[in-house]
Amino acid sequence: MRVMAQLAMVMNLDKCIGCHTCSVTCKQAWTNRAGTEYVWFNNVETRPGQGYPRTYQDQERWKGGWELNRRGRLRLRAGGRLKKLLTIFANPLMPSIQDYYEPWTYDYDRLFSAPVGEDTPVARPRSLISGEPTKISWSANWDDNLAGGPELAPSDPVLRKVSDQVRLEFERAFMFYLPRICEHCLNPSCVASCPSGALYKRTEDGIVLVDQDRCRGWRMCVTGCPYKKVYFNHRTGKAEKCTFCFPRVEVGIPTVCSETCVGRLRYIGLVLYDADRVAEAAATPDEKDLYEAQKSVLLDPHDPRVQAAARASGIQEDWLEAARRSPVYSLIFDYGVALPLHPEYRTMPMVWYIPPLSPVVDVLTGTGNDGEDAGNLFGAIDSLRIPIGYLAELFTAGDPEPVRLVLRRLAAMRSYMRRINLGQDRDESIAAAVGMSGRQVEDMHRLLALAPYDERYVIPRAHAEQGAQLEELATGCSLDYEGGPGMAGPFGEASGRAAPIAVESFHALRERQSGEELEEAPDLRGRINLLNWDGKGTPEGLFPPRRNGGEEK
Amino acid sequence: MSALDVVLWVAVPYVAIAVFVLGHVWRYRYDKFGWTTRSSQMYESRLLRIGSPLFHFGILVVLLGHIGGLVIPKSWTEAAGVSETAYHATAVALGTVAGVATLGGLAILIYRRRTVGPVFSATTRNDKLMYVLLALTIVLGLAATVVANLAGGGYDYRTTISPWFRSIFYLRPDPDLMAGAPPLFQLHAISAMALFAIWPFTRLVHMLTAPLGYLTRPYIVYRSRDERRAPRRGWEPSR
Repeated sequence: MRVMAQLAMVMNLDKCIGCHTCSVTCKQAWTNRAGTEYVWFNNVETRPGQGYPRTYQDQERWKGGWELNRRGRLRLRAGGRLKKLLTIFANPLMPSIQDYYEPWTYDYDRLFSAPVGEDTPVARPRSLISGEPTKISWSANWDDNLAGGPELAPSDPVLRKVSDQVRLEFERAFMFYLPRICEHCLNPSCVASCPSGALYKRTEDGIVLVDQDRCRGWRMCVTGCPYKKVYFNHRTGKAEKCTFCFPRVEVGIPTVCSETCVGRLRYIGLVLYDADRVAEAAATPDEKDLYEAQKSVLLDPHDPRVQAAARASGIQEDWLEAARRSPVYSLIFDYGVALPLHPEYRTMPMVWYIPPLSPVVDVLTGTGNDGEDAGNLFGAIDSLRIPIGYLAELFTAGDPEPVRLVLRRLAAMRSYMRRINLGQDRDESIAAAVGMSGRQVEDMHRLLALAPYDERYVIPRAHAEQGAQLEELATGCSLDYEGGPGMAGPFGEASGRAAPIAVESFHALRERQSGEELEEAPDLRGRINLLNWDGKGTPEGLFPPRRNGGEEK
Repeated sequence: MSALDVVLWVAVPYVAIAVFVLGHVWRYRYDKFGWTTRSSQMYESRLLRIGSPLFHFGILVVLLGHIGGLVIPKSWTEAAGVSETAYHATAVALGTVAGVATLGGLAILIYRRRTVGPVFSATTRNDKLMYVLLALTIVLGLAATVVANLAGGGYDYRTTISPWFRSIFYLRPDPDLMAGAPPLFQLHAISAMALFAIWPFTRLVHMLTAPLGYLTRPYIVYRSRDERRAPRRGWEPSR
């Protein structure tokens, strides 16, 4: 047993209102640069819908993730190592910019520069790729809220798998939102696809990252990832992806998408897993067993044997404590309501989802029944085949049973808690009907509905023993924008290296300690910086002028 | 042996080699972030899918041909029982096919670069200079072979150019060997040396990091949060 720690996320889809705040804040934080205009490390898709990039879930076409070969061993669906190298000059499975969307801006200047005339001037859209005037015809969430429904949604690869009945039922559409980030998989096919070995999984917290200095732009990771969550920066020629906001989680605060989530539907916590068993579990023959297989790789942090093995692999006590308090572990195991997204890709994704009960409740209420009565809900869950079938294609490789169980548990929670809110007796039979106790249902309700910040995000800090080096983790110079004075080196951004901070502080300190006069800082414009005034000299403006006109010291 | 010959066939080669080697070392140390193919496949892939493999596989065969022709001495192949006629026939046949594939691929790629808007706007001046030198070298090389063969039984570069090439690396440069070569071969060599001199500063650097290691490494790469920084003495984690 080789115990490793993994930062994982759970998203409660029942609470997602599709506001895209996570996407926008993520974009502002990470991908607001040239070359990444089309990139959304976090995006929110309406389901049913085509997704972003369009139809990315159609692995017959895009060939992402893993499959089993004839001998039952894992191999990359897009082809083995040799095939990858032979197709390296033109990757046949690479999505084009049109499959994402062609990013654009508007010709705002036109609004001011247009000559006086009859018509109001218009800011025309311009492509950010070619700079030419363009016609906007697609974007990352073009089919938001089922826009263009009857024409666009039938191309949803998940919907096509479910049944023909869906097309007929479209009038009574069910709909929900699916926020997506990188899955930070236990068996990442993007990492396996990278010819240069630039993509890696961090041993400490399992975050999957691209080493920008090692990436050579071979583009195989884009193909390898079945979720299409590795992007090609077309300006720098390097792959980029969701970083799980590692600079934030290393100091114990949640990712930007979680922090800003309006619905508070995201949970971040640690899970422990047995790295030696990942490949074996990912090679489970029947796709429908993959959900259970994936759970079996995760280890119980309360088990003393697991703890001992974790200590032996160098996991610290505070991390073990965090693993025991992990909301993610609770939602997957204690309450059993979190499911992985597309386990059939065999990558062991580590962003889990609580499937939405709302479509079912809505249909039920729409037919005039009490949508929160346990009996009604249980009946509806069993009879509404389409939502269940669809959710099962997303979360359990098509097996409806786990989805049904989760929805029944969520339904039981609603009815059970409604009785409490209405001042009625606790009805243990509702909890017992889904294999839980009333106590458990209340705990689950607390975690899903009330849990404060530090219960939703249990993030152990990166180890402080490296604190001394943090000083050197300079976050770049604010003058390093294009054409700016900090722009170093003949090859543009980030060519060459900045002087280490320790060297700079050394010189500044020596200057201050041995210099005769207090250094005049020209850009302070007469103001005094009290923070670095060390008692030497009397800088102008620091003291009031002497009354007796005595000489200044 | 004129002064020009010494400059062209002794000084220039060593300068080109020095710039090539030191340039790569310098670029690798200071500009790893810029070390990329800078693929434009996202913008356009229909033409790229024909042009790029044609060019790249062509140039790989051309590279092998140059190794065979320049590095392996004539005496070795003859000792192995390969006659000059047999060698020449193979070299011309293979070289022409590979050369035409390379040139055709390059033509498609340059056409694509000029006509596809996004690709053209992503082309730097550095790229343009590189394309000129690359195309020139390939055209001159192909022309030298074709002209020599049309004029007569071809030119036996293995008695002049190849020994000169090797003499550079033996550190006993012999410019006389090269001074007598036909002008097209000379121009090809000069153009190639110029290409090698700008090589480390262009996107061609991607060739040196061809990912052959992929064939043998394990699929999943694990790395520590910061493997470069081992904890300093006194800062080791507690147990």
